[in-house]
Amino acid sequence: MSADKAADETAAPPPGDAAPQAAPPEPAPPEEAPPEEAPGAAEPEAAAPETAPPKAFSADDDEPTAATQGPRPAVRRHHGIVRLTHWLNAVLLVGMITSGLQIYGAFRHFGIRGEPYLPNPADGYTFPEWARLGGWLAGGLNWHFALGWLFVFTGLLYVGFLVASGEWRQLVFRPRDVPLAWKMQLYYLRLRKEHPPQGKHNALQKAAYTGAVALGALSMATGFAIYKPVQLGWLTWLFGGYELARYWHFLAVWAFVAFVVVHVVMVFLVDPASLRAILTGWYRGRFPSHD
Amino acid sequence: MTDEPRDGADVSRRTLLRLALLGGGGLALSACGWDGGPLQPALRGMSRVNDWVGEKVLLSGSRLARQYPVSERTPENAFPQYSRTRPISSLALDDPAAWALEVGGLVGNPLRLTRPMLEAMPRITYTVKHHCVEGWSAIGTWTGVPLSVVADMAQPTPQARFLRFDSLDGSYYNGWDLKSAYHPQTILAYAFNGRPLTVGRGAPLRLYAPIKLGYKMTKFLTAMTFTAERPGGYWEDKGYPWLGGI
Repeated sequence: MSADKAADETAAPPPGDAAPQAAPPEPAPPEEAPPEEAPGAAEPEAAAPETAPPKAFSADDDEPTAATQGPRPAVRRHHGIVRLTHWLNAVLLVGMITSGLQIYGAFRHFGIRGEPYLPNPADGYTFPEWARLGGWLAGGLNWHFALGWLFVFTGLLYVGFLVASGEWRQLVFRPRDVPLAWKMQLYYLRLRKEHPPQGKHNALQKAAYTGAVALGALSMATGFAIYKPVQLGWLTWLFGGYELARYWHFLAVWAFVAFVVVHVVMVFLVDPASLRAILTGWYRGRFPSHD
Repeated sequence: MTDEPRDGADVSRRTLLRLALLGGGGLALSACGWDGGPLQPALRGMSRVNDWVGEKVLLSGSRLARQYPVSERTPENAFPQYSRTRPISSLALDDPAAWALEVGGLVGNPLRLTRPMLEAMPRITYTVKHHCVEGWSAIGTWTGVPLSVVADMAQPTPQARFLRFDSLDGSYYNGWDLKSAYHPQTILAYAFNGRPLTVGRGAPLRLYAPIKLGYKMTKFLTAMTFTAERPGGYWEDKGYPWLGGI
């Protein structure tokens, strides 16, 4: 655990985090957190003895599920707003991407007429019907411009909650997370035995979740830039003009798709218990630390 | 970590089952070219909300679209020209003297303007970017009479809130809000890239404005009518956004 995690524990709990929820299946016992090192250590996990991994992990590492350990303690993990916005986003993202691919079909290139088109593996490609929403261009536009507002409001609600609750501290990827992310990557590649210590999320998760929020913001901004390139000309200019803004908007789609694929695969491969947590709010998996 | 083999076993059974369920859900959710079915009225309603936001919040009556140097023009053969109708031969085109623009509806002074009359009126020329609803863009130079000049001559009554533009063949038309119509860059254009309009570009007269999408700029213009009720439009009636503002 690093210094910021320790600091996070002193933060006030999210407003309403305890009150409005339905009665939990069982009361949340005291957290079973991995041993902490001295806050402020430059590389906290380096101090952990190789032979004695953190308790929370070793319990799980050695024993299959609940066979010998009994049920893991449940910890309160996701506020209702986080769960609501997560699943709204899942549906909206599908709607935005599929209606966007319908719109793309009307002009399957990037760049102004009469000049060479920008590099695009999907240049001239018509996406299959199952991947398109709207039926034709007008339908795709109407879906896109209707769901777009919900996408924006969902994003604002989520980010607003992170800020108001202080939970952004556990999610935002900061420069000091870079070495931890590297170690986490080595661990996933099996080039490192020790699971680096982590709080609610590991450093790679922070990078992914921070990136996803940034991606949402980029999609929104480039979307408005190509929706109103005259009235919002300053925004369009910021992205290098209409044609480039449209290009970034399209590239953001594939970054989103990559994120979702990795996100879903990691849920099942690394931490299936997190699926239940994002549905019910309660987590009972391998990484119960709840800073 | 020693838990890896167990995770591997998980993947082979329960996890795979879950993935399959999720994939099934994804397929059920997938778009399949769906046009919205019973949700279409709601989508149209939302499109009207977007029209309102576009006109009342985002549209400025005075903000000008960026102008480009003539050297940045798109080569004419690369600048698409779409028309729903192709009046290759008609009385008005064969005999330009027979063509005139009727300005009427809720006006105090109905007008009938011939091409020479329009060409004698104040004109503006600009080189701007054209945006098609399909997503492509191209740069061209347009010359014509500011629509506000013609409107001021016709003296619309206080009841006039919209403009309807009709095309030569009577089937293609567009409805406009007056704020866009009175924008200083909205013109009745009769020249493209310094030469008289060709039929493909909408001769003898077309509506042009860099603040709207291409389908809002009626070609082969024959009538301009002030109305109290909101006119639809050829594509707009089929579901395209009514405002078409950019």
